[in-house]
Amino acid sequence: MSSTETVPSYSWWKRNRMALSPWLFLVPGLLFFSVYVIAPIFQSILYSFYEWDGLGEKIWIGTRNYEELLDDDRFYTSLKNNVIWLVLYMLAVPIGLGIALFLNQTVTGIRLYKSLFFFPFVISQVVVGLIFGWFYNPSFGIVGKVWEFFGATPPSILGDETLVTYGIIAAGLWPQIAYCMILYLTGLNNVSPDQIEAGRLDNARGWKMLWYIIIPQLKPATFIAVVVTVIGALRSFDLVAIMTQGGPYGSSNVLAYYMFETALSEYGYRMGYGSAIATVLFLIMLVYISYFLWRMYQDEQQ
Amino acid sequence: MFPRPIQQASPGFRTGYQLFLPIALLIWLLPLLAIFMTSVRPGGDITAGNVFGWPSQWQILDNYAAVFQQSKAMTYLWNSVKITIPTVIIAVSLSCLTGYALSAYRFRWAVPLFFLFVAGNFVPFQILMVPVRDFSVRTGLYDTITGLVLFHAAFQTGFCTLFMRNFMKALPFELIESARIEGVSEIKIFWHIVLPLVRPAIAALAVLIFTFIWNDYFWAVVLINGDDLLPVTAGVRSLNGQFVNQWHLVSAASLLAALPPVLMFFAMQKHFIAGLTLGASKG
Amino acid sequence: MLNPSRRLLAALVASAALSAPAFGADLVINFDDLNPDKKAAFDAVVAAFQEANPDMEIEVNNQDREAYKTAIRNFLTADAPDVAAWYPGNRMAPFVNAGLFEPISDLWESEGLNESFASIMPTMTMNGEQWGVPYSYYQWGIYYRADVLEELGVTPPETWDDLLAACTTIDEAGKDCFTIGTKFLWTAAGVFDYLNLRTNGYDFHNALTAGEVSFTDPKVVQVFEHWKELVEPGHFVENHATMSWQDALAPFVSGDAAMYVMGNFAIGAMTEAGLTEDQIGYIPFPTINPDVPRAEDAPADALFIPSGAKNKENGKKFLAFVATPEIQTQWNEAIGQLPPNANATVGDSKFLQQGFETLSTAAGLAQFFDRDAPAEMAKAGMEGFQEFMLNPDRLDKILERLDKVQQRVYR
Repeated sequence: MSSTETVPSYSWWKRNRMALSPWLFLVPGLLFFSVYVIAPIFQSILYSFYEWDGLGEKIWIGTRNYEELLDDDRFYTSLKNNVIWLVLYMLAVPIGLGIALFLNQTVTGIRLYKSLFFFPFVISQVVVGLIFGWFYNPSFGIVGKVWEFFGATPPSILGDETLVTYGIIAAGLWPQIAYCMILYLTGLNNVSPDQIEAGRLDNARGWKMLWYIIIPQLKPATFIAVVVTVIGALRSFDLVAIMTQGGPYGSSNVLAYYMFETALSEYGYRMGYGSAIATVLFLIMLVYISYFLWRMYQDEQQ
Repeated sequence: MFPRPIQQASPGFRTGYQLFLPIALLIWLLPLLAIFMTSVRPGGDITAGNVFGWPSQWQILDNYAAVFQQSKAMTYLWNSVKITIPTVIIAVSLSCLTGYALSAYRFRWAVPLFFLFVAGNFVPFQILMVPVRDFSVRTGLYDTITGLVLFHAAFQTGFCTLFMRNFMKALPFELIESARIEGVSEIKIFWHIVLPLVRPAIAALAVLIFTFIWNDYFWAVVLINGDDLLPVTAGVRSLNGQFVNQWHLVSAASLLAALPPVLMFFAMQKHFIAGLTLGASKG
Repeated sequence: MLNPSRRLLAALVASAALSAPAFGADLVINFDDLNPDKKAAFDAVVAAFQEANPDMEIEVNNQDREAYKTAIRNFLTADAPDVAAWYPGNRMAPFVNAGLFEPISDLWESEGLNESFASIMPTMTMNGEQWGVPYSYYQWGIYYRADVLEELGVTPPETWDDLLAACTTIDEAGKDCFTIGTKFLWTAAGVFDYLNLRTNGYDFHNALTAGEVSFTDPKVVQVFEHWKELVEPGHFVENHATMSWQDALAPFVSGDAAMYVMGNFAIGAMTEAGLTEDQIGYIPFPTINPDVPRAEDAPADALFIPSGAKNKENGKKFLAFVATPEIQTQWNEAIGQLPPNANATVGDSKFLQQGFETLSTAAGLAQFFDRDAPAEMAKAGMEGFQEFMLNPDRLDKILERLDKVQQRVYR
């Protein structure tokens, strides 16, 4: 390479390096993310207007998939279950706070207690599903034994359409509570002692103190806890797949599993219809994503 | 500190608290305890109705050895390692680069791109399923560990970028500025100044991503077919079909699958919690 | 820190190496059974074929059945083997219609299969061509605990009234008449099929699964009315919705349940769980309407040649080999099922002998609800059956929903 050529190009680089460098750093990550995350979102939305079995030609059918959704009992059952999930899963937030308050002490061994309380979160949902599936088994699960102890006939929690969704949610709450708890423990660590003292001087104690002084300061923790809980509730796939596969007769289905079932299970390869369900799920999630981004945008402005 | 330190409470209340702690923990971990007890008893105990009680015989070794002998548990565990470790390396590396680009440079696209990563990180998996599977089939990545790793790494880049960018934003920017004035190249600034400073973030991310990927079930089901390539989550699920009515073996296998992330958590607890709670204490 | 792009490149190279097709194999067979006895029997057949064709290089990919059901859709298009296991009836329709299977009518002609496989020929035929060679089939019916029935003084029922009386006696003794596990749905379809075959007959079964009769048809309602006579008095085990077919074996083995509507493949699991063959009895499902000729459920398993196969001639050679009476005899002897070739010999276990007798005197052989009906209809139907078994009073609503699905699926 001759120096007469490199010098101008070097200086061109020098002039533009502040503009170009970020893009060079971004390229690999952005490329990956676009191929595997961003582009598929739009592809899925496009597929939802087709009929496609994954083998033959895609046939454009306009909005027919969505029209069918509106008349599909299974879809409404799943949607209703998603709402139940969203509402009940929120219990993880106050219960997590409760446990955090309970554990926020400095007695000996408390660190170990905190870790042990947290560790259901680390366990795979598959394992949680298996544990609770066994737990609920009416003939030899714990629930069965407890009922028998009281002389009652044990309920078949996962086989009863009125109980099954609540049974699965209870299993899901276990790790989720642990997650919220750890968020609040960290938050409590950072509550300003001055304000607590000031509150004490004002004779605030107990519930009043909690409500007016502590909880406002825990706002960041609460925000994150709500966000992760909402996302967890809408992503509820693993537990349903492991514990019931949407059964009995579809009564514990949620959109995430129903989509998988229609698009990719033994009894259905309706990629287009599945994509339509996924699109609906995505739109629901989009409400929360937008809210989250809006909040982040507010923070960025500061 | 809130609630009021227990040391300031009456002695009776204090002992009550100290007594209640282990009881509460016991109730909280009851499901795990139950499954552990099941995993060490003979199968006959369960059919005989001995679910709560003391095992008629301790069969720790027998049961766990049986899981390895009668199933592909070892293959599944090894597959999980082969999936998890490369994913962690790729996702964390990529996000160091993207996080740096989005935090250390002021350019018009910085915030929109950052939001793109954040938004992508929250989408439901199902909206990606059909196209990603189709893409993998067409490129020959379907039913390969590589295919699963590439997808996981790409998806986790969203979360990792969010994390890294926020972490790097808090770094002393003057250091970078003065290096630039001295004419240090951008690559060198990144490599010699920034990377050493973000080590804690790298550690926290690595532990978190390890746990997320190890516990993944959905993508393993969607992108892997052959029994030989399944990670341990999906493997345990299929063992459940194989060990029909052998709850002692199912329990042992489940605990084995859960063990690596649990060990990881206890070994790297500080980083793990720092990672999870980023943002929980400040806006 | 590792250089990510180099890392990526290495990974890509590695993947290319992994997914490269095996060169040189003259015959690639994809099979779908990893159960020890079934796998061993299949391996023995391949070994025999290898012996007859010493120069041929044979590659076998054997997979778990559930995983295979999704895998086949990918390998048929992406990397087709020369022989693939699959099911006849409506289950092969998507692949036949997508042009992914090769018609082999010429093989049926030249090997004389039209005669030796005459009884099973209709289920292998679609659009006027034959598409595969069945290697095995098996009977369904009622398996009962001979010792338990004897103890209660109940004789194996031959008519519907006998069955209801037997169930009442069994229930009064504090046991369950039938065990069943409907978690994976298809077991309930077995019960439905039999009630339907005995009430309305073989042609009606075909018309229903072909979408020619609606589910709200009075004849279908009548089937459910019979079913109600079993459900309402509680003749099935409780909690069946949370059990798989293997879970449901537990009460049968312990003697808490006396009968099981099942396929003959369950014998292996029953004896493995500790029952002796003397403790188990087999009867065809009892007669309901004596005017309806007796037809049976007898699902078959078959081998096909994908249209993307690279060595179709070798594939056909293998299929012709599998069709021979000797191989059909040997293979089914080993797995305890029935050979579809009429010139083959049936194994001498009492269940096989009885099963063969039952099937060869039957007026028609159905595949099974979930193989005769299209996949989506099958799924909706079986969910309906399960819902009915738990809530018999919802019958009208269930049937209306099934009609709605039917109208869409057979559009």
